[in-house]
Amino acid sequence: MSVLAHESEEELPAWSLPASAGESIRLPSDWPERVTREWAWGGATGAGVRVCVLDSGVELDHPLVGTVQRSVAVSKSGDEITVADDTAGDLCGHGTACAGIIRSIAPECELTSVRVLGAGYTGSAAVLIAGLEWAIEQGFDIVNMSLSTTKKQYVDRLHELADAAYFKRTVLIASAHNMPVESFPWRFAAVVSVGSHESPDPFVVYANPRPPVEFFARGLNVEIAWVGGATINATGNSFATPHIAGICALILSKHRELTPFQLKSVLHLTATNVGGGA
Amino acid sequence: MTDLRAAVAAGVLGAEDGYRGLLRATVEVARAIFHAKASSVLLLDEEADELVFEAVAGEGSDSLLGQRFPSSTGVAGWVLVTRQPLVIDDLTQDTRFSRTAAESTGYVPRGLMAVPLLVDDRVLGVLEVLDRPNVEPFSLAEMDLLGLFGNQAAIALDLLQRARRARAALDGEGELARFAARLENASEERQAAGLELLRALEQLLD
Repeated sequence: MSVLAHESEEELPAWSLPASAGESIRLPSDWPERVTREWAWGGATGAGVRVCVLDSGVELDHPLVGTVQRSVAVSKSGDEITVADDTAGDLCGHGTACAGIIRSIAPECELTSVRVLGAGYTGSAAVLIAGLEWAIEQGFDIVNMSLSTTKKQYVDRLHELADAAYFKRTVLIASAHNMPVESFPWRFAAVVSVGSHESPDPFVVYANPRPPVEFFARGLNVEIAWVGGATINATGNSFATPHIAGICALILSKHRELTPFQLKSVLHLTATNVGGGA
Repeated sequence: MTDLRAAVAAGVLGAEDGYRGLLRATVEVARAIFHAKASSVLLLDEEADELVFEAVAGEGSDSLLGQRFPSSTGVAGWVLVTRQPLVIDDLTQDTRFSRTAAESTGYVPRGLMAVPLLVDDRVLGVLEVLDRPNVEPFSLAEMDLLGLFGNQAAIALDLLQRARRARAALDGEGELARFAARLENASEERQAAGLELLRALEQLLD
């Protein structure tokens, strides 16, 4: 698929590195001795960071969401899947909620909505995959995935996409499951997986010493944007995920050079239980 | 062969009564666990790609049963498609939802908990619990309880759905039943050949 094809466009050593070439790939390393939240995102607004919300759509002009740069919908007709610009907004309320949370944390980030809901249950996993492929092709910095699939026949493709995104510097942030089932993509090491904690502080983040769930963020009784310009209260890992997406947008807006691997390290080092909050 | 049919038939006997009883018990227990005003099970009709209210306890129970809507719309559709459980309060703020609820049942819930009914990689439907009392703030322990109960309900429903399908196949209309009857009446030689073919088919399907 095209996503995998444009992974490396620059001339860099791919499979081996000659002894003389070490200097030519010197990477910036201006990390302080102690990574603090002030260093990580102090003064950041999310400006310049492109965030994609893969969900049920986002209501246009919701006061808690503000400007949505672009809205597309993924639809399925027979075997054909299309991605097209869309003005129908949100079919459920959930996507608007996620977008509002991201906006509340990173007020100046750029938001794009990709609707992967509404094409019927039967084609839902294929539509989700097509939406994710599109998002990776577009080169978003962050993709918020407050969703999962249990369909095993799509696991390999999802895994390929998660790895492709990782190497293209698109960070996938995915909701973990708090039910005893095998679901994806949150279990993959290449994504940032998120569960909920009970603190009302949107910046309290816990690093989990026992993955696969890697981080816990605010997911209980969260005031969220909903369809019809409404504001309601909700609970679920779905709402913890955009908190981490928002914090990642802040970090990336201040440190554009970070790879997903480095971003995850910063998240870890600034987690509340690792000494973050300082 | 007759023995086999009898054994399978006995195993699935009462599947239909058990099925309805289990659905009723599921919504009643869900309602009791959370001291809620109502609870419902919506099952996925894969052929029609719709969610159907199959059991309802409490408010709205008469008018909701049998109602259908497209499988990937609304909160239940979102839960079905994304496999993620959700709890939402202040639903009355959602005018689109409130209007639809009022038109279909006359009852507009304030809060909603919804969990997907999952078995292996399949999703059977959605369990909803409406209007739990607001005395205690909602906790993640309740969310986990909802998930655990949803899991148990899904496993039980799946078992009974399989039994129902087995019974339908044995009830004479199905191809399997016709095949079994022909095999039973065939000569010994043909029976042996038929069973040989069945074993080959089984290998093919493995």
